[in-house]
Amino acid sequence: MYCREAAALNRLSAEFIDREPKMEPNQPLLAVENLSRQLSERWLWRGVSFELVPGDCVGLVAPSGAGKTLLMRNLALLDPIQQGDVRFEGKTPSEWGLPTYRSQVMMVPQRAIALDGTVQDNLAQVFDLDIYRQRRFDPTILQTWLQKLGRGPDFLNLQGTRLSGGEAQIMALLRALQLNPRVLLLDEPTASLDAATTAQVESLLHDWLQHSSRACLLTSHDTEQIRRVTHRQINLGEFGKRL
Amino acid sequence: METDYIAISYGQLALAALLIVVNVGLSATLRLGLGQSLLIAALRMVVQLLLIGFVLEWLFTQDNALIILAIALVMTAIAGIAAVNRTQRRFAGIYWHSLLSVLAASALVTGFAMVGIIRVQPWYDPQYLIPMLGMVLGNTLNGISLGLDRFMEGLITQRDQVETLLALGATRWEAAHPQVRNAIRVGMIPTINSMMVMGLVSLPGMMTGQILAGANPIDAVRYQIVIMFMIAAGAALGIFGVVLLAYRRLLSPDHQLRLDYLEETQ
Repeated sequence: MYCREAAALNRLSAEFIDREPKMEPNQPLLAVENLSRQLSERWLWRGVSFELVPGDCVGLVAPSGAGKTLLMRNLALLDPIQQGDVRFEGKTPSEWGLPTYRSQVMMVPQRAIALDGTVQDNLAQVFDLDIYRQRRFDPTILQTWLQKLGRGPDFLNLQGTRLSGGEAQIMALLRALQLNPRVLLLDEPTASLDAATTAQVESLLHDWLQHSSRACLLTSHDTEQIRRVTHRQINLGEFGKRL
Repeated sequence: METDYIAISYGQLALAALLIVVNVGLSATLRLGLGQSLLIAALRMVVQLLLIGFVLEWLFTQDNALIILAIALVMTAIAGIAAVNRTQRRFAGIYWHSLLSVLAASALVTGFAMVGIIRVQPWYDPQYLIPMLGMVLGNTLNGISLGLDRFMEGLITQRDQVETLLALGATRWEAAHPQVRNAIRVGMIPTINSMMVMGLVSLPGMMTGQILAGANPIDAVRYQIVIMFMIAAGAALGIFGVVLLAYRRLLSPDHQLRLDYLEETQ
């Protein structure tokens, strides 16, 4: 009995923390300093420094092959950092613990991967991960988002592995959004989507960023989209040329 | 030792070697291109076995535990290295992982059998220790090869899925344990299969040997049962150990999938 109450209390406080992050004004959410990346002998980019403050939506632009995806993978710590420093709310990923850090700074890769089962299974089963054990899958918020993306509720019943590239991207975006990360790293989030859905995703992203404590870094091959969605741009090519 | 069996002379061995002509002929007719490897393999088999015959003859007269343990260790090391040599990919430390797993698994299982089950006096009596260790090593080696290979291939083919989970906040265990499980399962399949059909489809070599040497079939069967349980336990422990060690290497403490550690062998 005691255990159950304690768990409920924990869950309450976890939700409370989720909704009301304590933020010092102007403290950067994500601070990147002097980040460099080498592939065998060649430096892809060097000395990349920038900050994401709450409310930011920043575009990461560069020619193909300049290492945009690798930068995102570095920010999500999916690849080890060779040189430089990444901090979320002033603490390094190791200080946070990697699963905690990644639940806050979440990368959505360009190639969306469906896990086993239906779309709903895909969305629900991530709550089995230890890091989210105090949270619950919430279908109602998903209904709202699906509506904004022009999908019916039956989208949830589609088989994950049979989704088209675009549908899988939507699924992967929703899977990340529902986990309520603070920083989203979106790698070509609309690459496989038609124009109408792209506009809907952009508007959903815009709504999501209205929350004062969130930020987003986004790559896109579509310069118009970068201009529409982001507040400013980081040109990764600049960090490569300087070598 | 009683000798109520027909000893085989070198002339009779040469006669048996003629049977390889069947394989070479088949390879030549169908142009399988196996002729050379077949001859080399046959030659190696004959030379290695004759040599080991002499070694064993000498070994069985020894009464020094250290010498016998040294031989056992050499056998274990060869098994550990051979297990890795058959995998398609390598990473730094893979040989140590394999050696450690083979050593721990075979020492535990063989030690338990010698001291606890058969109760050999003295416990290191080479007539028992060496053949039993050999049986356990041979099977553990196969299991480790299969398990390691499957684990590495599994991580490569399922890379996107593993990293998707990691990116969502999964721990390295949450992201990769399906691959660990699958690798252990695949490594165990040969042992389980052979237990399934043992006596029905296959008459195990050791049992056949004992029967040929004049042992009572019931006694031979009992030894075979003990050996099979040893093999099953040894393989399971070895595979479990080596896959877990590889997991700890290829999924870093920072919960990263380090496929960059893998190198393909030619």
